[in-house]
Amino acid sequence: MGPVAQPASVAVPHAERRANFRSGLRAGVGFAFPTFVLAVSFGVLARSLDWGVVAPIVASGVVFSGSAQFALADVLGAGGTALAAIFAAVLVNARFAVMGVAVASTLEGGRLRRAFESQATVDASWALANRGGGRFDREILIGATLPQYVAWVGGTVVGVVAGDSIDPEALGLDVLFPAFFLGLLIEELRNGREHIAAAGIAAGVALVLIPFVPPGVPIIAACLGALIGLRRAR
Amino acid sequence: MTAVWTSIAVVAVANFAIKAAGPVLLGGRELPQVVVDVIALLAAAILTALVVVGTFSDDGRLSVDVQTAGVGVAGAAFLARLPMLAAIFLGAATAALLRAI
Repeated sequence: MGPVAQPASVAVPHAERRANFRSGLRAGVGFAFPTFVLAVSFGVLARSLDWGVVAPIVASGVVFSGSAQFALADVLGAGGTALAAIFAAVLVNARFAVMGVAVASTLEGGRLRRAFESQATVDASWALANRGGGRFDREILIGATLPQYVAWVGGTVVGVVAGDSIDPEALGLDVLFPAFFLGLLIEELRNGREHIAAAGIAAGVALVLIPFVPPGVPIIAACLGALIGLRRAR
Repeated sequence: MTAVWTSIAVVAVANFAIKAAGPVLLGGRELPQVVVDVIALLAAAILTALVVVGTFSDDGRLSVDVQTAGVGVAGAAFLARLPMLAAIFLGAATAALLRAI
């Protein structure tokens, strides 16, 4: 263990941190609606697979991950074993290990507190908290996740209870998340050639792998694109 | 039913551990410059993968469909410097419209 460096966030003034938290909350509220609708469709799906009323809601409360929960439902629904379902869900979420390393230095407190703060790492919040240059903002990360958590659990309750009343695809809602990520990506690519090269490699790797490997793996493999950052260190 | 509860419990614990691993093991240490240089490009790589998988993958197959068109319209709107929410809304509306016809 090297010397423990002072977390960078300690230097940030209180007022600025509050402002960041609030802007995170606002951004998170913007994503509460699509998150809610996605959760409704998870509730409806789980209900149709005979999960009962309680299990889908508990799943959303303790797993809090659309990709992992849909993977579970898909595998179990197709008659797969619990082991196969768990494997699929963990694989789909392996990207959060990489994202966790990226946000590690912005989180605060001892190990236990860091472990809990790191649970705020979800795709949209992580991307919003990205400050560029390898830096992330703790307040935006946590602020943006809170409304999405409420929407995720609330939407699941509605889906389980109300059943099949919303058709996300008819409303074009399946476009929301990919379009959001594309918007953030275009901003990211304005940072220069290295970013464009990393994205190009990532796109190629993901496209080639999609037909051959389980979901989740193309995203992990695409992280290889970021390794061209190694070229800078000579 | 046991399979459902077992899966939920194990995935909840695994998911917690996956997210916590980096922050718990690394603490607040400043990372070496080499790692920071890689992390600086990570968002570009992961966002690209999320877009590609979200847009072109349909149950593990490559597919170009209405959803792809919607995301494409949103992308064009971003490039035309429309505000984020307006661009996303245009993309979703395009998909909804195409499905309604």
